[in-house]
Amino acid sequence: MASDRIFGLVVLMAALAFIASATQIQTSFLADPVGPKTFPIMIGVVAAISSLVMIFRPDPDPEWPDKPTFGALFFAMLVLISYAYALKPLGFIIPTAITAGILSYQISPRPKPAVLSGIGLSVGLFILFKFALGLGLIAFPKFLIG
Amino acid sequence: MEIIENLALGFSVALSPYTLMLAIVGCFLGTIIGALPGLGPSNGVAILIPLTFTLGLDATSALVLMTAVYYGAMYGGRISSILLNIPGDEPALMTTLDGYPMAKSGRAGDALVISGVASFVGAFLSTIGLMLLAPMLARVAYLFGPAEYFALYLLAFCTLGGMASNNQAKAAIASCIGLGIAMIGVDNNSGMPRLTGGNLHLMDGIDFLVAIVGLFAIAEVFFFIESHGKGSAIGVKLGKVRIPWPDILATKWTMLRASGVGFIAGILPGAGASLGSFLAYMSEKSIAGENAGFGTGVAKGIAAPEAGNNAAAGGALVPMLTLGVPGSGTTAVLLALLMTLNITPGPTLFTDRPEVVWGLIASLLIANIVLLLMNVPMVKIFVRVLQVPAWVLLPGVTMISFVGIYSLSGSYFDLLLMVAFGVLGYVLRKLDIPTVPVILGILLGGNMEDALRRAMVLSDGDVTFLFSTPIAIVLWLAAIAGFVAPMFLRSVLKKPQRITD
Repeated sequence: MASDRIFGLVVLMAALAFIASATQIQTSFLADPVGPKTFPIMIGVVAAISSLVMIFRPDPDPEWPDKPTFGALFFAMLVLISYAYALKPLGFIIPTAITAGILSYQISPRPKPAVLSGIGLSVGLFILFKFALGLGLIAFPKFLIG
Repeated sequence: MEIIENLALGFSVALSPYTLMLAIVGCFLGTIIGALPGLGPSNGVAILIPLTFTLGLDATSALVLMTAVYYGAMYGGRISSILLNIPGDEPALMTTLDGYPMAKSGRAGDALVISGVASFVGAFLSTIGLMLLAPMLARVAYLFGPAEYFALYLLAFCTLGGMASNNQAKAAIASCIGLGIAMIGVDNNSGMPRLTGGNLHLMDGIDFLVAIVGLFAIAEVFFFIESHGKGSAIGVKLGKVRIPWPDILATKWTMLRASGVGFIAGILPGAGASLGSFLAYMSEKSIAGENAGFGTGVAKGIAAPEAGNNAAAGGALVPMLTLGVPGSGTTAVLLALLMTLNITPGPTLFTDRPEVVWGLIASLLIANIVLLLMNVPMVKIFVRVLQVPAWVLLPGVTMISFVGIYSLSGSYFDLLLMVAFGVLGYVLRKLDIPTVPVILGILLGGNMEDALRRAMVLSDGDVTFLFSTPIAIVLWLAAIAGFVAPMFLRSVLKKPQRITD
């Protein structure tokens, strides 16, 4: 109940914000009868109506994970975000080994297999991508290899 | 005999050693991807698209490779359904109903072979159906103007939302999320940026590949972290694999009927493969009657959904190739592939680029035979793949997703978006909101708006133009029926629950 209502409310807010910003779209002199605003506004209206249905006729709650698992999921998200930032400046191998290791540990909390799968995946995928598929990946950051 | 000529052209493309090699590699990769728990046809094809793109294959080769992966994943999906009771995707759920009990009773090998043969029959017949029907539909598709296309897109969203979800409002929200995302970026008609919030990265719009990989692959990782990869150990023993001829002969009519049902369900835009396997299973169950023991591990209960599922996969290619409207999650991903390769599906594809269409059809026929040969004697090799533990597999999938998306644009922004889509996919799936309409919205949003605007330019702003032709009226009625009817049919169309140990 509550989760559907909360999500419905979020969608409603987003839909209203979407409609509001759609009305701000600039029209150019090359106008057609519909213009660039109408369709986004239509989408926003349909979304808003559907979100009201969700708020007033919610489904039963799903089984949400407990607090520690939520923490783990949030941490995984942070790790993936930092991986996204690290991939370019720090090269492929080091960030990949760390990220893959952490994810592996989160799925099955045993340190040794996690470290091994992190290193194995990072080196293995690098060889696969660089030499078998010919992608232009950089192994290590510039300041390490000079 | 136009078809024979066209097929000859197709085989001349598909039988070149290089293309043939790609088809075999694709079948092999596809079966592995389908067999791995947590990877199904949609996310398997999704993470491979960016890599295929960077490999610089030409359009035909890339298409042959990826459709071989698609068909292979449909075959492979049955392995994890039968041995682990884990369906790789929605349509495979029906295979677990009888496949898993049969495997538990010590006949795992038989179940795998029966389902392999059923997959072959379904896929083979539907490829022939595709061959006959697609050119005809392509001729009809010439009659489609912008008003008809707008109604057709609406139909796809309505039936997809109606059939594939338990709650119409949630399906509509999912479609709107997708369509809303498609609006972001520079407007094609006026050249003005829309809804970018002044962010330069968003000027080009959001790449549908980023969304697909995020929603399908990254979200899966979060689910595995939540469940700690539990429940992916093989609980059944696979003995020596023999061919159970009596079972196969006994199910031959079931396979044929299920293929017909599946193919027709697959053609319906938006309905797709899960409806195909569901209807095939349910109709065979009612034909066989109560005493046939459906749900306890009977051969017919395995043959029907597998034939239906694979026939629907072929049927779903009909609207995808002729009209550009996919019929299922995986065909939506294939449509994304076509768009990445700069091939516009539609009636003109059949006249302008026959080598692509017929090369594709010929390679589907070849892939099917390769898959049957690969899947029956070599099934043990693929079963071994199931033993890859989740704690190696899922990090691996994540890293491949990152590299694939990174190699498209080389920008960290797309990677961040992909993670955001992963989180979104997790939340949506938790709340039982379907993710396929989101993908469909992102893929078709631009076209749908274009169709509407062109229709309005033609009619000079007269809204009744949208319902002015018989085809358009039929499509509108079908769209409304497709959205409303499931609300009343819900009790009839109730999906069987997954069996638990």
